[in-house]
Amino acid sequence: MQLIKCPWCGPREETEFHYGGQAHVEYPAEPAALSDEEWARYLFFRDNPKGRFAERWSHSHGCRRWFNAIRDTATYRFEAVYRPDEPQPVNS
Amino acid sequence: MSTQYLDATPPHTPGADLPEHPDFLWRNPEPKKSYEIVIVGGGGHGLATAHYLARNHGITDVAVLEKGWLAGGNMARNTTLIRSNYLWDESAAIYEHSLKLWETLDQDLGYPILFSQRGVLNLAHTLQDVRDSVRRVEANRLNGIDAEFVGPEDVKKLCPIVNISDDIRYPVLGATYQPRGGIAKHDYVAWGFARRASDAGIDLIQNCEVQGFETDGDRVTAVRTSQGTIGAGQVLLAAAGHTSTLTDQLGIKLPLQSHPLQALVSELLEPVHPTVVMSNAVHVYVSQAHKGELVMGAGVDAYNGYGQRGAFHIIERQMAAAVELFPVFARAHLLRTWGGIVDTTPDASPIVGRVGYENLFVNCGWGTGGFKVTPGIGWCLAQTLAKQEPHDLVEPFGIERFVSGVLVDEHGAAGVAH
Ligand SMILES: Cc1cc2nc3c(=O)[nH]c(=O)nc-3n(C[C@H](O)[C@H](O)[C@H](O)COP(=O)(O)OP(=O)(O)OC[C@H]3O[C@@H](n4cnc5c(N)ncnc54)[C@H](O)[C@@H]3O)c2cc1C
Ligand SMILES: [Zn+2]
Repeated sequence: MQLIKCPWCGPREETEFHYGGQAHVEYPAEPAALSDEEWARYLFFRDNPKGRFAERWSHSHGCRRWFNAIRDTATYRFEAVYRPDEPQPVNS
Repeated sequence: MSTQYLDATPPHTPGADLPEHPDFLWRNPEPKKSYEIVIVGGGGHGLATAHYLARNHGITDVAVLEKGWLAGGNMARNTTLIRSNYLWDESAAIYEHSLKLWETLDQDLGYPILFSQRGVLNLAHTLQDVRDSVRRVEANRLNGIDAEFVGPEDVKKLCPIVNISDDIRYPVLGATYQPRGGIAKHDYVAWGFARRASDAGIDLIQNCEVQGFETDGDRVTAVRTSQGTIGAGQVLLAAAGHTSTLTDQLGIKLPLQSHPLQALVSELLEPVHPTVVMSNAVHVYVSQAHKGELVMGAGVDAYNGYGQRGAFHIIERQMAAAVELFPVFARAHLLRTWGGIVDTTPDASPIVGRVGYENLFVNCGWGTGGFKVTPGIGWCLAQTLAKQEPHDLVEPFGIERFVSGVLVDEHGAAGVAH
């Protein structure tokens, strides 16, 4: 179990959080124009990297707000957390 | 309800029937320059495919490349539950094909695999569980699969240590029962396949990590490995949780998410648990291994991960559920926990077939439940590679289904458990 830093509440137990998968997946700008193939990509296909991954978390047992995180999927270490309105931190 | 199975005798003294295995099970050759077929991943699926390529199709110019030690991935980490009582026709067909192969695998491999058909109970804890379970039993019967719905008293007869009192958090309202389900000895299964494939002339190459590919037009021509470049007529990716790290190299995206999945064992105990009990609702399932450990599994950790370990709170939840269902477990000591990495798909069914290139096949997305299909999928993949078109039983599991919408939605029947 690890501490995850909610951007609003600070570090809390992992059990307070809910995982939301890949971050920055944009809803299609023109849904009606999408082919079946493009819909499939939007609905079902996500990145699955071994390493840095931008993903969504919700502090479901705390402030109940969603935020983004950069986490390493090989070490599970959180490298950054940021609010949904903040840009993705640049890889340093 | 029929009671023909309810008096099944429990397994005899644990450990008594564990055979010695030979000193040498397979050769350790240097890789050749090229092979007709290169299989990436020396887990159960890769090894079974190699065996059936030789046995059913006479194809032996084959290499199985394994980055670590043979069958040290999920094959070495799983809890070995075998059953075929899936809801949808497509799933039922391939898992039942596999179960039939398990029933004669000892003889086929000339090697003991300790397949123990001690029966599998899937508990129902709510009225909705009961309805879903009865539906699945009926679907199974239509597919010729042994299944019945049993009430709490019969659950108790089949597994006397289950707590069927009605004042617990998730009371047992009944269970599906598949008498032909059970467990096998996972290492022996892998070794049995490896030995036969190696004897037939197939090269099993350990410590050989595939790191990239060479391509020419619509064909993959070679794999780049930690032991050099190896030419390939056809390539099969059977790398379970790590499949998308390979397809990423080719710019092929698959709808896969890799998650840690944990399990644990207790110290050795006298025989107390004669069958297999699973509960999707409380996220625990239990069997007693041949030697006597209680083997328990849980659901996946929620986040993506490749670390081959998971979070402790998952185990804590699982143990809380186990102790409630099996009060005697409160006195057992935990011996060891571990994790594997399983690849999950949006419809909880595997992805099998050609992707991206003419001669590139994937076998992935078996998630938390692919051990039980080991002989079955090996059989089907061998034919798929030999004929270069999908075996009927794997055809429904092509990647196209995510575009066509013909999903095989096994969430209800497969869930997080197995
Ligand atoms: C804790 C746990 C419990 C489970 N319980 C059950 C169960 O009770 N019943 C059930 O049916 N299923 C169960 N499963 C699922 C089952 O183990 C898997 O679905 C199945 O083993 C997957 O197929 P495989 O055996 O080929 O995978 P693996 O054994 O994981 O084989 C893949 C191999 O590919 C190798 N590899 C990966 N990348 C590369 C590369 N780049 N180059 C070379 N080699 C590579 C890996 O090292 C690995 O050995 C469980 C899994 C886990 C983790
Ligand atoms: Zn918060």
